Amino acid sequence: MLEDILIRVVVGGLTVSLFAVLADMMTPKSFAGLFSAAPSIALATIGLTVAKEGRAYASIEARSMILGAIAFVVYAALVSRILLKGKSSALSVSGSALSVWCAAAFGLWLAFLR
Amino acid sequence: MRIRLNPSALANTRWPEYMSRFLIGGATTALAGVVAKEFGPSIGGLFLAFPAIFPASATLIEKHEKERKHEAHEHGTRRGRKAAALDSAGASMGALGLIIFAVLVWKLIGELSPWIAVLIATLSWLAVSILVWNTRYQVKSLCPPHGH
Repeated sequence: MLEDILIRVVVGGLTVSLFAVLADMMTPKSFAGLFSAAPSIALATIGLTVAKEGRAYASIEARSMILGAIAFVVYAALVSRILLKGKSSALSVSGSALSVWCAAAFGLWLAFLR
Repeated sequence: MRIRLNPSALANTRWPEYMSRFLIGGATTALAGVVAKEFGPSIGGLFLAFPAIFPASATLIEKHEKERKHEAHEHGTRRGRKAAALDSAGASMGALGLIIFAVLVWKLIGELSPWIAVLIATLSWLAVSILVWNTRYQVKSLCPPHGH
């Protein structure tokens, strides 16, 4: 289990960093933002999941990921709107809005997949 | 609007900032695995679309924009917030592509080789994200905010 976690930390960290570096180099900013929603965690884990648990398990995860991604759309649109209209810092807005992602993702899960 | 790849922009990011993104990304990936193990793949799968490094990235964008304006002796707080807001708007379009990615992996991973399924899904994420971004840009060009 510990070995699995360490592999995920390294592979996940590298994949997420790769997309972050790509975003850093891109202009305009709205285009660079596309890479903030790259499937980095999924890319880092699908191979490991298929190898350890099989394709059916990975397919179930991907089905739930659809709901997580819908929640991401809501989250990012909300953060953008609040940052444009409000006066709070990016960290406080994007950090506190993570609760909105959680509420949307678990709300959708309860509605459609429970 | 032209899309540019500017490698010199990497000089603005410091090593601790790279390190924090690596650690947050790694920790979130590990968390997704632990949640799936404890509560099953149906719950764990939600975290494959968790906005892992989003707060860190938005904060960095805001900070870098502020620093650039400060060097130009301008007040950069508002500009910094606007740059982060633009990045977030882009992320919401990228997340639409992320939905397509997840649908394709869900449907294809049992039918094709996992690597082929993931490759098709990743290319589709990129294509859909760019298409949505470009469409929004075209629509905004036709309808400027002040009606000029």
